Amino acid sequence: MAEVEGADAPLCVLDGIVKRFGDLTANDHVSLTLRTGEIHALLGENGAGKSTLVKILDGLLAPDDGRILWQGRPVTLANPEEAASLGIGMVFQHFSLFDNLTVAENIAVAMPAGVRLRVLNKRIQELGDRYGLALDPKREVWTLSAGERQRIEIVRALLREPKLLILDEPTSVLTPQEADNLFTTLEELARQGCALLYISHKLEEVTRLCDRATILRGGRVVATCNPREETPQKLASLMVGSAIPPLRDRDHRPADVRLSLRGLSAPPAELHGIALRNVSLDIRGGEILGLAGVAGNGQSELFEILSGERAAPDRGMVLIDGEACGDAGIDARRRQGAAFLPEERNGHAAVGALSLPDNVVLSRHATSDIAPSGVIAFDKARALSDAIITKFDVRTPSPLADAGKLSGGNLQKFVVGREIIGNPRVLVIDNPTWGVDAGAAVLIRQALIDLAAAGTAVLMISQDLDEIFAIADRIAVIHHGTVTAPVDARSVAREDVGLMMTGGQGVSHAA
Amino acid sequence: MIGFWESILLTVITAATPLLIAALGELIVEKSGVLNLGVEGMMAVGASTGFAVATLTDSSLTGVLAGIGAGMALSLVFALVTLGFAANQVAAGLALTILGLGLAGLIGAKFVGTSRIAIPPIHIPGLSELPLVGKLVFGQSPFFYLSVALAVGVAWFLKKTRAGLSLRSIGENHSSAHALGLKVLRTRLLAILFGGACAGLAGAYLSLVYTPFWSPGMTAGRGWIALALVVFASWLPLRVFLGAYLFGGATILQMHAQAASLGLPSQALSAFPYIATIIALVLISMRRVGATPAPGSLGTAFVPPR
Amino acid sequence: MRLELIPRRDVSSLQRSLAPLWAILAALVMGGLIVAFLGRSPLAAFRVYFLDPLTDPWALQELAVKATPLIIIATGLVYCFRANLWNIGAEGQLIVGAIFGSILPLATVGMESAPWVLPAALLLGALGGAFYGFIPAILRVRFGVSEILVSLMLVYVAELTLDYLVRGPWRDPKGFNFPTTPTFESFATLPNLASEGRLHAGIIIALICAAVTWFVLNRTLFGFGIRVAGEAPRAARFSGFNANRMTIAAFVISGGLAGLAGIVEVTGQIGQLKPAISGGLGFTAIIVAYLGRLHPVGIIFGAFVIALTVYGGEAAQIALKLPLDLTRTFQGILLFCVLAADALTTYRLRIVRGVTA
Repeated sequence: MAEVEGADAPLCVLDGIVKRFGDLTANDHVSLTLRTGEIHALLGENGAGKSTLVKILDGLLAPDDGRILWQGRPVTLANPEEAASLGIGMVFQHFSLFDNLTVAENIAVAMPAGVRLRVLNKRIQELGDRYGLALDPKREVWTLSAGERQRIEIVRALLREPKLLILDEPTSVLTPQEADNLFTTLEELARQGCALLYISHKLEEVTRLCDRATILRGGRVVATCNPREETPQKLASLMVGSAIPPLRDRDHRPADVRLSLRGLSAPPAELHGIALRNVSLDIRGGEILGLAGVAGNGQSELFEILSGERAAPDRGMVLIDGEACGDAGIDARRRQGAAFLPEERNGHAAVGALSLPDNVVLSRHATSDIAPSGVIAFDKARALSDAIITKFDVRTPSPLADAGKLSGGNLQKFVVGREIIGNPRVLVIDNPTWGVDAGAAVLIRQALIDLAAAGTAVLMISQDLDEIFAIADRIAVIHHGTVTAPVDARSVAREDVGLMMTGGQGVSHAA
Repeated sequence: MIGFWESILLTVITAATPLLIAALGELIVEKSGVLNLGVEGMMAVGASTGFAVATLTDSSLTGVLAGIGAGMALSLVFALVTLGFAANQVAAGLALTILGLGLAGLIGAKFVGTSRIAIPPIHIPGLSELPLVGKLVFGQSPFFYLSVALAVGVAWFLKKTRAGLSLRSIGENHSSAHALGLKVLRTRLLAILFGGACAGLAGAYLSLVYTPFWSPGMTAGRGWIALALVVFASWLPLRVFLGAYLFGGATILQMHAQAASLGLPSQALSAFPYIATIIALVLISMRRVGATPAPGSLGTAFVPPR
Repeated sequence: MRLELIPRRDVSSLQRSLAPLWAILAALVMGGLIVAFLGRSPLAAFRVYFLDPLTDPWALQELAVKATPLIIIATGLVYCFRANLWNIGAEGQLIVGAIFGSILPLATVGMESAPWVLPAALLLGALGGAFYGFIPAILRVRFGVSEILVSLMLVYVAELTLDYLVRGPWRDPKGFNFPTTPTFESFATLPNLASEGRLHAGIIIALICAAVTWFVLNRTLFGFGIRVAGEAPRAARFSGFNANRMTIAAFVISGGLAGLAGIVEVTGQIGQLKPAISGGLGFTAIIVAYLGRLHPVGIIFGAFVIALTVYGGEAAQIALKLPLDLTRTFQGILLFCVLAADALTTYRLRIVRGVTA
């Protein structure tokens, strides 16, 4: 490959980057060229190796092979500081912020030594005015919304005047309206000559925003193209590698109310938590109710009280099959025929250091013959575990492997299967396909549809509007601890739900 | 009468000074996200090494420096195991306590039963003869001035300096700090060494000023009380100052009660500081209700992903 | 230059079990250096410390006697440490167990025969320790107070309480003013297992404790909850375990076993209360627990290794005039080595020159 020096050289070239984690090759000879002023999309589904690649570009990970050329010169990036001093800025998917520090402190800590706080406050204001990124430097981060937090990340990166700004799934925690604002800011940045590397798996955003796209699949580059010239179907099949089967339709027959919330109000259990305010919902057997909302609006608090991990302030606030159970623990509710699956796979829904059968014991000891009198029958746990592996097509190195050895998608199939295989009459599931590859997502969504068709009441909490619209029968929105009245999924527009997620009143016709 | 109260206040200061120094050191360690439970061990080694070297060289200053050095050396072992090998910090802290108490005994063995003249207080001509405040404020041991300077310095460092901000960020969330390019392990190493230096200094104070001799077990749980002070103070340096003096006061109260023979068994009065610590911890936790200002990463190991 | 830790894949359980052996080896080398520094021959010290006891049948009995309380306390600590709870006050729980357990033997001094006293004393001892373990647990659960600091502070309180009792109300009036209680009647002491030597029935109690703990941890739902609580507290809650109840249960069991160890010591080999009945067994047991990799079978092995250092230390003090603090120093080094060895089975060490992290 010829090296071009000086002004004609592309801003940044990744050449044959390889990164292995044990047996897994996360990046397999990935090459990518970034030019000044372009918005370049890095497309790929979960697990394709996008995050690994940008961590290499940010100096967080060292590549096993390959080289990085910066303005034509080969460079090694030993740490994020070196990347930043070259002019590489990073906006993380999971914010790298310090909750108990102020906005100004959060920004100051990433600046080179010698920047004075007073000067910094002024520059934060200036940048905010110029790009529409208003921030109060004195606020503590935990008081801010996800959108505001992202602004801190962007301002922090911009203050170092980057030549290349990397954004990792920046819209995943934003409402559609907040995302629009972000796009305006990014287009303005590109106009001023900054190169942007935009990581996403959302085709709609990419076709709207980006000039060029590099598509990763299984750690390899499968195509580089202009996304505006391709059809979304073409891009999707490049990303996934094969056609994803569409979800099957079902006959929708809502029956009796199985799960009810009656005027549920609860103070936050944790520091910086969200209080739930007067939440009332009825979920019928045979339906999927999708609860949309930006993360951090009370979803995890609601899940805890629904599952019984935390008792409701009043017994009558939660009813399963008409029976008040607000004071019952999670095992008692499971015995009533309910099943629950929290958002976080590792450390909540499953324990990475325990084997798959042990992870079956985790949530099924009360609703199976695994531990009848407090002594665990491991052979029965094993049998149930094997049944889940077969029925839900879980790819595992061995039936007794530790849960942590499974990929995100396979572990999610396993834990979803663990809850579904017992035929619960009520299922509460939080972000069922978060961070999961497309094939697993379809399998999981189909399983939820089939479960509802068999008469189960399914409450699906999700930040992903695509998912909500794909499988929910009715939609409600959670915002700042309050929940709107559910509306029929077929009669509501996406934009209206998006507006409600920011607290606006988008829908007049409540069902 | 003035003489009596003055002497009580003087003894409060002598009792509070080692607690304050050790607790300020641990405060910095914990603010960086590391829990070093080995304060008691580092203090003991500081005390025995300080006394041994001071006796051998016949120089108190050399002894103090040796105490500091010994505390740092021991903390370096802790740093190697917890930072280098990412070992459990609680267990490593206990190992440090056991090792420190053992080493202190080995080092001090030849010096049991000997004593030196305590490092004298500073006298500032004119000022220290002032009525009331003269001796209290201007006639103290150099360690007292050092401890006050240390409290102010630590507070200033954490609140006002760039390095202090980095340290707080690292303690709050080490993964984020690493992603921003902050040197997590290097900062923690320096914090641990500072904690070791402070514990060693506090130990040297015990054997060179407080009771100018070495005896095994002379630290008597002060290292643990210093750890409790950090929690009691909600990780705020000036509250550590306040806490150390409250605690010093409680210790002296107990000694005077013992002298006044209130009819209580002496063991009950000796147990008072420990029970008071537990009660103080309960009271401070009750007021906080659920919220904790402890650094977010406190006690968790960090392995930089590469 | 700096160290980098690279996660290892597929660490076999054999490798993990062997880690403590490497740790012992490393600690022996460092201990030898200290002995050399003290001006003695490391080889002679090694012989007195470790070889002589293993070749002397009387010494073997003595090792079992010393290992007995360590096994009982350390198996108790496993419940806490596995659940990520830090009970470092076993020393205090041991002392309170010894005090509670001594009530009946002292009340029955001078009586003819009362076979019920011994089992009742053992039970009371365990209850006393359990009560003392309950205090840090309830303060943590109710007020969020650090269990580390409370359990440790309570050690000093327990020591002073024992001191008060043996110098005050419980002092033997015929004891020439020595701070000891009267000697227990023989029906209130644990029977000896051999006609010669000091080996008493405590070792059987210790082995039963280890076996039961193995079963509880590996086969019961409660033990499963302890393990999950240590790995992932949120998953334990999701699994239906109440974190507060688990905390209290772990501390009560842990304290109860420490208390049992206390009364076993008193009824097994001391036969009366005196100001120092333990000499730090509660802290030494922490090393045993880690040396045994928090596994009941490993703990039996670890307890014998530590007992060897204690016994050898006493012999070395007599034979080589090596101070007893050397033993404590060696134990500290050993615990550091165990922690490091554990890390080295999980990670591979790479030394990188030049760059800093």
